[in-house]
Amino acid sequence: MLKDITIGQYFPGHSSLHRLDPRIKIILTIVYIVLLFLVKNSAGFAVSILFLVVCYMVAKIPLKMILRSLKPIVPILIFTSALNVLFVSGDHPIFDWGVFHITQEGIYTAVTMSIRVLCLIAGSSLLTYTTSPIALTDAIERLLGPLKVLHFPVHELAMMMSIALRFIPTLIEETDKIMSAQKARGADLESGGLMQRARALIPILIPLFISAFRRAEELALAMECRCYHGGKGRTRMKQLHLGVVDGLACGVMVLTVGAVIALNFLPIPW
Amino acid sequence: MKTLVIKIENLTYKYSVGTPFEKVAVDNVNLEIEGGEVIGVIGHTGSGKSTLIQHLNGLLKPTSGKIYLDGMDIWADKSKLRQVRFNVGLVFQYPEYQLFEETVYKDIAFGPKNMGLTEKEIDYRVHEAAEFAGIREEVLQKSPSELSGGQKRRVAIAGVIAMEPKVLILDEPTAGLDPKGRNKILSQIKTYHEKVGNTILLVSHSMEDVAVFADKVLVMNKAKVFAYDTVENVFARSEELKAIRLAVPQITNVFHRLHEEGYPVPENVYTVAYAKRKLLATLAERGKLPNA
Ligand SMILES: Nc1ncnc2c1ncn2[C@@H]1O[C@H](COP(=O)(O)OP(=O)(O)OP(=O)(O)O)[C@@H](O)[C@H]1O
Ligand SMILES: [Mg+2]
Repeated sequence: MLKDITIGQYFPGHSSLHRLDPRIKIILTIVYIVLLFLVKNSAGFAVSILFLVVCYMVAKIPLKMILRSLKPIVPILIFTSALNVLFVSGDHPIFDWGVFHITQEGIYTAVTMSIRVLCLIAGSSLLTYTTSPIALTDAIERLLGPLKVLHFPVHELAMMMSIALRFIPTLIEETDKIMSAQKARGADLESGGLMQRARALIPILIPLFISAFRRAEELALAMECRCYHGGKGRTRMKQLHLGVVDGLACGVMVLTVGAVIALNFLPIPW
Repeated sequence: MKTLVIKIENLTYKYSVGTPFEKVAVDNVNLEIEGGEVIGVIGHTGSGKSTLIQHLNGLLKPTSGKIYLDGMDIWADKSKLRQVRFNVGLVFQYPEYQLFEETVYKDIAFGPKNMGLTEKEIDYRVHEAAEFAGIREEVLQKSPSELSGGQKRRVAIAGVIAMEPKVLILDEPTAGLDPKGRNKILSQIKTYHEKVGNTILLVSHSMEDVAVFADKVLVMNKAKVFAYDTVENVFARSEELKAIRLAVPQITNVFHRLHEEGYPVPENVYTVAYAKRKLLATLAERGKLPNA
């Protein structure tokens, strides 16, 4: 069913990673991604993978969830790895056959690229696993705050984002309900050619649009009734405060980055 | 002789399996529903009523357990599922939001059309269903958006009745209507049942409605069947019902108290009409006593 798609993929919990200030989490995630591209040798990769593993263990995210988020990119990874292995040229050929030449460099590129992409996805998933979408938009609004000076509509953008995020589950639920109701009347959504399937969507899309517009109108009215008129002069119920955990997290990250840079100077061949 | 129409065997259903939101909504339910019965389904919000009834026409697939319609496992042959849905008509909670056609007529015709009936048969069924649901002829050519909430709901109910299902399930058909609209829909369903004699499952939050309307009551509590018996037998267990914070009809409470206080009234009364009859009879008897 549609419900099984978890958008935003927030995985509620109370670990210290969950309690971390979302702004810090966003920044640290960016730092981690940069770090992945600073790594030059296997020791560095080992450290960055270890860092991620420890983070996941602290956040108590089950292995199954990680695998689920990585699954969709596996085919792409296999494909690009194959291209890398077959076409990257280098000084240490292992095998040559027409346009295909397998070299040590090719294998190296394929492996490092795969590790980088996997770590990148797993790392940014960790951010969405441990941060609720609302906290995330809140943090983005704060981080983009300085752009307000340039009259960039930061607050409006963040509000749109949080409303959209807020309504994704509602609309999914609504779609599910309408689909069930039409299926109960014998609507056939699964068989037939392209045209037939497109036509079968009409009984679902029309009620869905009507209800989406109705909801939008109701929401606008409710917001106006509560005197909402943009971000000017608004204060927040949930203030974000930096705490000890945040300092600690930054410290650990600095250490990791330092370690990786130091390891880059190790005299090992790969 | 009554025949078994639906049989539910060890049905369990879990939402969001494999996530932290996993939730058992129906827990090991066994149930037998006979032809021609009217069954009231009651239970607190979140007790699993809607989840349970969506299994009866194969909209939800059991996590474990089996559902038999006329002795056939409905999931045995997936290609027959649509047929199951025509046989077990389900009207959802707030069904007015599912209307989509330009006219009321076309919307009611959606189900019969999916059944592959002829134009003539469809036309006949639309008019018949509209009459059962109390929709006047001139409304049929209107757009659903021009109708009031109560009218829309009747159109949605007609859309399911038009499939002439063997079993009709209504999920809170009266939610959000005023008492007049409520009574109108309920009495129309009752008339429909008397004429057609099919099986009806009615989910409701109102004990009064269930007492007036149903032969049997199914009480759901925390995903389990708490009681499934005749109206008399279920409401006789009023203490247990109170323990799970479900109220029996008010009139039942009144008569329980009267009986406790020693008045010569029957202990178990669940409709006002029945109470009136009994009271008048008792009064007449008492009036007679001094003369005798
Ligand atoms: N689509 C869903 N996804 C996850 N959980 C659900 C879903 N639908 C219902 N539930 C949960 O399953 C339980 C049973 O829900 P259900 O809708 O069957 O209750 P109900 O008895 O019909 O309640 P109501 O009287 O409010 O209609 C509830 O705890 C609900 O939170
Ligand atoms: Mg319900």
